[in-house]
Amino acid sequence: MTFKNKLLASAVGAIALMAGMATAEPLRIGVEGAYPPFSQKEADGSLSGFDIDIALALCEELERECELVEQEWDGMIPALIANKYDAIVASMSITEDRLRLVDFSEKYYQTPSRFVAAEGATFELTPEGTAGLKIGVLRGTTLQCHVEKAFPDADLRLYNTQEDVFADLVAGRLDMQLNNTLQAIDGFLNTPQGEGFAFLGDNVDDPECLGEGTGIAVRKGDELAAELSTAIAAIRADGTYAAINDTYFDVDIYGE
Amino acid sequence: MEPEQSFYDYLKNISETQSPIDFVLIYDNLDRFVDGALVTLQLTFLALLVGGIIAVPLTIARAYRKPFLSPAIRVYTYVFCGTPLLVQVYLFYFGLGQFTAVQESFLWDPILSSPWWCVMIAFTLNTAAYTTEFLRGAIETTPHGEVEAAKACGMSPYARMRLVVLPSAFRRALPAYSNEVIFTLHGSVIASTVTLQDLLGVGRWLNGRYYLAYEGFLTAMVFYMAIVFMITFAFRLAEKRFLGHLRPRETPQPGAARVAA
Repeated sequence: MTFKNKLLASAVGAIALMAGMATAEPLRIGVEGAYPPFSQKEADGSLSGFDIDIALALCEELERECELVEQEWDGMIPALIANKYDAIVASMSITEDRLRLVDFSEKYYQTPSRFVAAEGATFELTPEGTAGLKIGVLRGTTLQCHVEKAFPDADLRLYNTQEDVFADLVAGRLDMQLNNTLQAIDGFLNTPQGEGFAFLGDNVDDPECLGEGTGIAVRKGDELAAELSTAIAAIRADGTYAAINDTYFDVDIYGE
Repeated sequence: MEPEQSFYDYLKNISETQSPIDFVLIYDNLDRFVDGALVTLQLTFLALLVGGIIAVPLTIARAYRKPFLSPAIRVYTYVFCGTPLLVQVYLFYFGLGQFTAVQESFLWDPILSSPWWCVMIAFTLNTAAYTTEFLRGAIETTPHGEVEAAKACGMSPYARMRLVVLPSAFRRALPAYSNEVIFTLHGSVIASTVTLQDLLGVGRWLNGRYYLAYEGFLTAMVFYMAIVFMITFAFRLAEKRFLGHLRPRETPQPGAARVAA
């Protein structure tokens, strides 16, 4: 264990100890808010979406009071480490890169990612075929990792929110974009904005970058990860998960 | 062993054992930061150059209170000085991009579709607005004696402006302009919100890729500090050269000498 990790571990340990002494403290959950239908802001400013409902259901299962803390995507993990909140429920994939810094619960859903481009586009998804193409992704996602690795010569553009990516795809500033298929369908392709756009190519197969499912991130060494995994299993078993799932999707997004 | 290799090992050793910051990661991505710094410098100084050129005729119209022109320019400077630069950039980037008419116009393809141009236009108009207003202030506070002397020499109004008022005003505006240059540099971070890979953009890229906030932002900060240091140094030299006549005299006054004796 390096000095850095030791420092981190002892800090996390101290925080965990404090948390143990005062369980009455509300559990603070970091969420995003610009990633429909997983999380979005309603006109009145309240948050809604699959991630939000899952977070609230898990709080109920853990019998903890919860507080949702909004955070822009690229600051998600730094803010968790800085103790701005205790867990991230924001469609975050479990990847090697992230596991160096945080711990994860077991997955709570797993869906593939796929490119979206104008209907009839015939871009070839190879390093040569994408050279110079303008590809938009959300900054700090697994997809940034994938595009940089698989298509090094593409003109990768990084955005603050997924909504900005779609806006620029519609405006014609991007040749294509890459994100979660369900999010692409419900957040874009099935909306008036997404008319004239379609999926391109197959689901992305890159476990090294994309990880194996979406989990809840907590600080390293926090026992909350295990508690959350148990709670996820519990809401899967008692039908709460299915009820939330069916509000948003036609298929069970938990995966195998 | 090559010296560079050993320096790298030294960084690696420090990063793994003693430092909370991963220096190897910074070292490995230093070329990206240099590229980012070039984008930042390019945006900042091109905007300042073009904005400065635009500001000169505007400020003359303002200071000499040309009818119609002066109030119109006042509206422009009021809008651009009175609203956040971020909003202005969003207006050009996301705002104009949403109209089909704009997307189909001849301006779209080379200019408004590119984040670089959108940022450039917003920065230039912003700095031109600020520069216009403080240059106007400098022109209006030209010492009356300078103008009177020019008149006494028989200079035409145009010659007065060109040879006396403007050179004098530009010199006196120099300290205020150094602030404007630094503000424009600081404002240039906005470029990263519309996908440009400027210095902050590279810091955010690093954070997005490795989830290490310190490494990216600290490095960007050091670069910004170095740039600001060079700017202030250059202005100090320029002020010494052009504002020398306004500095307090260093030689003792004749009166003071008499008192001492």
